[in-house]
Amino acid sequence: MKSLRKIALAIAVSMAFTPMINAQKIKGSDTVLPLSQKEAEAYGKKGGKVTVTGGGSGVGIAALIDGTTEIAQASRKMKFGERQKLQSAGKQAKEVVIAYDALAVVVNPNNKVSQLTRQQLEDIFTGKINNWKQVGGDDMKIVVYSRETSSGTYEFFKEHVLKNKNYMSSVLSMPATGAIIQSIKQTKGAIGYVGLAYLNKEVKAIKVSFDGKNFVAPSVATAKNKTYPVVRPLFYYYEVKNAKKVKPYIDFVLSSEGQAIVDKVGYISLK
Amino acid sequence: MRKKMFRGKKYFIEALWEGLLKISGSVTSIIIILIVLFLFSEGMGIFKKKVVEDGYVIAVNKNNPVKDLSPEQIKNIFDVKIVSWKELGVNINEDEISLLRLDDIPNYFPEDQIAEDMSNLPQIISQILKEHPGMIAFIPEDFAKKGFSEKVLDLGNINLKEFFGGKEWFPTAQPAPQFGVIPIVMGTLWVSLGAILIALPFGIAVSIYSAELASKKVHKILKPVIELLAGIPSVVYGFFGLIVIVPLIQKVFNLDVGETGLAGSIVLAIMALPTIITIAEDALRSTPRAMKEASLALGANKWQTILKVTIPYSISGITAGVVLGIGRAIGETMAVLMVTGNAAVIPHTLLEPVRTIPATIAAELGEAPKGGAHYEALFVLGCILFIITLIINLVVEYISSKNKNKVA
Repeated sequence: MKSLRKIALAIAVSMAFTPMINAQKIKGSDTVLPLSQKEAEAYGKKGGKVTVTGGGSGVGIAALIDGTTEIAQASRKMKFGERQKLQSAGKQAKEVVIAYDALAVVVNPNNKVSQLTRQQLEDIFTGKINNWKQVGGDDMKIVVYSRETSSGTYEFFKEHVLKNKNYMSSVLSMPATGAIIQSIKQTKGAIGYVGLAYLNKEVKAIKVSFDGKNFVAPSVATAKNKTYPVVRPLFYYYEVKNAKKVKPYIDFVLSSEGQAIVDKVGYISLK
Repeated sequence: MRKKMFRGKKYFIEALWEGLLKISGSVTSIIIILIVLFLFSEGMGIFKKKVVEDGYVIAVNKNNPVKDLSPEQIKNIFDVKIVSWKELGVNINEDEISLLRLDDIPNYFPEDQIAEDMSNLPQIISQILKEHPGMIAFIPEDFAKKGFSEKVLDLGNINLKEFFGGKEWFPTAQPAPQFGVIPIVMGTLWVSLGAILIALPFGIAVSIYSAELASKKVHKILKPVIELLAGIPSVVYGFFGLIVIVPLIQKVFNLDVGETGLAGSIVLAIMALPTIITIAEDALRSTPRAMKEASLALGANKWQTILKVTIPYSISGITAGVVLGIGRAIGETMAVLMVTGNAAVIPHTLLEPVRTIPATIAAELGEAPKGGAHYEALFVLGCILFIITLIINLVVEYISSKNKNKVA
């Protein structure tokens, strides 16, 4: 009975105090989530207080529009429609690029093909090309792996590489990047895409060309000097009128200390 | 006097117990009914949603005679699979279809002339559409109201036929999401059917062996091992399936890809086995000793006794085990999500990738905007799953009640 009373007391106390802690909230993309968590941890050691939750880029930006979060983290640019909603809510958002993430197109290590153009990638993912011999490989069916439809990575790849066309309906969609790597490792004709941080020896990264002439292999160096084309910026959005409040944290993320964390987490730092 | 009071107290406690049991029973039933109601009320909203994504419209040139486009046609237009108006049966002087999304506006109009607050966009879009008679535009609703002079297509709501007869599942496609449930429902049925076909013979064989034939020593080891199977988290089965079963299937059947319905069926069968075995075995053991001994005394051998006395007597228990096993198989999410490949195409054999209802809900619900068409479509999938399980339960109940009458 006594312990029960203690628990009840603890709950009551914590409920009374939660709104009083003046923490900054970050919400949004699950891609940015691990980075924001590490940044918040390091920032917390310096005395700042930041809470981070995921939910997806769309969720984060919606929360910014509703005013339930101070910072929205996003793995894509704010969409036109979202900008418009923000405007009609009488708000103005500021955009900060905090890091970059490169997507590597990967195949089975035994695959002879080592380079593809953007057009070929589009044709493969939309189903126009379905055999590796059409792009200079062995006579073998192409098995396409993708992330789930709701993931930001799926959207980015669709907009950037497929030029807004839909994937063919027979793509295999996997719940996580780890599962994509595992499947590509054990399927001879497989192709898929993963974040640069996940690349390992079990799969082979393809050199990609958007202009049809220069083929570039994905690496931190090529992503930094912008020669590798499938790179996306990762964003923080905040309301202009909150600028003073969030500035110390954002300055920390952009500082050399914060950018060192970016490299550690496996993304590409700004400098 | 004292005795009477004591008796009163006893009655009071008994009444209290009875009341508590009654309340908990009714609370549970009410909660279940509420959950089902919630499921259906959330799901039915989809048929009030527009075909085009929320907040957007499709607009064309004023002189374009086109009246109606199905979601599938819209998708094919924006995927550049339909490139001329003739394919849609529309006659127009500029036959080639060109597309206009908001991001394309700067290609048609100098960007520095767009007002900062975008207030002149309706006029700009109208002008672009006027200059391109064959153009189709996908624009926010707000820009098609004041100052917009071209034609906005009224495409109506998502209808039952497109939903239950559609063959493509692209819930995030723009401008018109595709909610065809056939491939997903078929995928669920294929995987579950495969799982039952594998699990049923094994499950019943093991339960008969363990209940009737195994020595005490074997039974002592067998039972906890089987029950242990039930305690393994499903994601572990999923990984086991992905790393062991998937490559094995690929090798044995010489397939291009190992993530198939069959892989899902095998994993589900393994997961359903402990339920089927435990319950069926308990049912077999509940056969009265007197009945078995009577059969043996009449000269029947052990095998005949099992077949003619034990199994018929415990058939309702066995079917209960099977139903619960099937229920687990149909509703299982994580393990299936990892091994079936999740391609939303209508499967023709078990050796193709399939997408199931629970896997779809699990993978997509977290990111679907609340209250949107995608969110509601996932709830309808939940309703379909609920109805499938309900039908199976009713059928099995009917069969087992029939069998019971025969024995009696």
